[in-house]
Amino acid sequence: MPKLLKDQQISNDHFQILNQDESEASLPEGNLLLHISAIDAAIQANTDHNGQIGIWFDSADEPEIVAGTLNQFEVIAVNFPKFMDGRGYSIARLLRERFDYRGDLRAIGDVLVDQLYYLQRCGFSSFRLREDQNPGYAVEALTTFSMDYQTAADNLTPVYRLRHQL
Amino acid sequence: MYKYDDYDQRIVDERVLQFRDQTHRYLAGEFPEDEFLPLRLQNGLYVQRFAPMLRIAIPYGMVSSRQMRKLAHISRRFDKGYVHFTTRQNLQLNWPRLEEVPEILEELASVQMHAIQTSGNCIRNTTTDQFAGVAHDEIVDPRPWCEIIRQWSTFHPEFAYLPRKFKIAVCGSEQDRAATQVHDIGIHAFLNDNNEVRFKVLAGGGLGRTPMVGSVIKPSLEPEHLLSYLDAVLRVYNRYGRRDNKYKARIKILVKALTPEVFSNKVEQEWSYLKDTKAKLPRQEIDRVQSFFTEPDYQQLTNIDLTDLALSEEPDFQLWLKRNVHPHKKPGYSAVTLTLKPTADAPGDASAEQLEAISDLADEFSFGELRVSHEQNLIFADVAQSKLQALWRNLKQLNLATPNQGLLTDMICCPGGDFCALANARSIPLAESIQRQFENIDFLHDIGELDLNISGCMNACGHHHVGHIGILGVDRKGEEYYQIQVGGASGHDASLGKILGPSFKMDEVPEVIDKILKTYVELRTPEERFIDTCRRVGVQPFKEKVYAKAA
Repeated sequence: MPKLLKDQQISNDHFQILNQDESEASLPEGNLLLHISAIDAAIQANTDHNGQIGIWFDSADEPEIVAGTLNQFEVIAVNFPKFMDGRGYSIARLLRERFDYRGDLRAIGDVLVDQLYYLQRCGFSSFRLREDQNPGYAVEALTTFSMDYQTAADNLTPVYRLRHQL
Repeated sequence: MYKYDDYDQRIVDERVLQFRDQTHRYLAGEFPEDEFLPLRLQNGLYVQRFAPMLRIAIPYGMVSSRQMRKLAHISRRFDKGYVHFTTRQNLQLNWPRLEEVPEILEELASVQMHAIQTSGNCIRNTTTDQFAGVAHDEIVDPRPWCEIIRQWSTFHPEFAYLPRKFKIAVCGSEQDRAATQVHDIGIHAFLNDNNEVRFKVLAGGGLGRTPMVGSVIKPSLEPEHLLSYLDAVLRVYNRYGRRDNKYKARIKILVKALTPEVFSNKVEQEWSYLKDTKAKLPRQEIDRVQSFFTEPDYQQLTNIDLTDLALSEEPDFQLWLKRNVHPHKKPGYSAVTLTLKPTADAPGDASAEQLEAISDLADEFSFGELRVSHEQNLIFADVAQSKLQALWRNLKQLNLATPNQGLLTDMICCPGGDFCALANARSIPLAESIQRQFENIDFLHDIGELDLNISGCMNACGHHHVGHIGILGVDRKGEEYYQIQVGGASGHDASLGKILGPSFKMDEVPEVIDKILKTYVELRTPEERFIDTCRRVGVQPFKEKVYAKAA
């Protein structure tokens, strides 16, 4: 079972991720992530399904189109088809900073230990690690740097403001 | 120049630890090669033809004598005792061992240097004018803005996995010596009618296989919004730049596909959400960074008549004064170019001994600071004119006084097939054979200002598209050939060269260059530089001469 890093803890990730075409059929039991193309089904399931329901974006998807519905969901995931595909970092910042998503924002797909620091800065709060990743390194990776030069979704004060106690 | 505070130091120190750990895991076999690759690239580490190659940043080209001595030491301890200066104000070691790279980074960090983001699909080292701060035609000193951009781009969490590499250049003078029009983003700092600093922002320039000149996407930007505006440009590129084909992934392709107007509107819309957030630069920080770029302790001097000075020495000195000594904003001072292009040395190479001697001279003659130019030369920015003669004598002994700055033999040249795994053809031996063909210094001075740029492949590290004469190495059925173009330029009036025709073998190239130069000599008017004649007559006369059948 995939490992989930959340709140500094490693646990098993019980969510099942449904592909775009799977979301139409009758939903399986348990916690589910539905693709945003099935947003209506997801909204419905969120009221009557027995497990937790979340939605997920692929890297080419535009969060703009479902902006109003986001905070209904406790979990929203962004997929990294390949770790070199960096679009998910921008999607995460948009979800947090522009659309004010306050639930659990989860990185899924090709999620590697060495990307966790940047993912966290862009607003991700949980990480479904690729199966071969060493969870032992994951928690440490979140504290690679103790300060940052830029503003991002983590709302930490950037160095150019820290310097002047702003 | 800029000095790290505790924050800056801590960030580079933490980077060293991070990379030490990553290298350790890689060597322990815990990392597949393709996953370690982007991590090492973002630390400047390539694996090249014979060994890894480590690219070290010289942010916007400024380096102190102390840092230069450290680089000499590193090249001796970890490499073969020489370094290579690149076309982007970086420095390369050609033979480091992977296991030792973390140690090299630690040595660099001890003198406030690093190799962060000198490679990979991320925001690269920001470059500028090698005469920044001293140029007679400077309107705004670009260096504080470069430093602010350096910090912003360092470990930017959103833009570490862009579709492709991303290069920013800044200039603040009338003449553009930073090739800003052929960068992903070019920034021109100027003063508005109220004497306030503003930026004109260009996007979508670039070389490589689809060379393009950038378009203005923002005519006037207030400095406090610099970072939020850059965030907006990068975000639009990160989301919509092509990722399906690496040859179409640069921002220039996106800007062209959308048109500059539509691209700029998209950026504007994105920026409207970002501009009034914490991304706004506080005035205190702008002031703080600017405070590092004050004038050194200049003496009150008056200008010396360099023509008179020239008469006091041998002809070589006169030529050097004419070519390698540049006007300075302060009376009695000049900037001096040390060309790293003597015949038979690879262009841009310098030995550890030379670096140390140069550092000593920098202490004696130029306030202990040096500049690196994108033409792969070194600059002493602040030399008292009364000391030019003494400096020249010292440089001559070190073989660093070749009076060819800006001339044909001061060529830009990538490492080529001798070192680089991407190259189709070698460039260093070609550079040498051209230098040998044109050793007559009087002929070179008669030809005058001429940029000859050589790239060993399409990736255009030698900026061949913007050379007045550009040479591109191509592969024809496994053999090295060279395609020649004329009419490119990289200044404020940037243009892309036009290809003459079918390519040539290496031993034919010097003769072809000779024909091109003779055509110029025949056609030029008295005032025309090579590039002016090219622009007036076009490519045809050159083509006819070069491909004329022997009678």
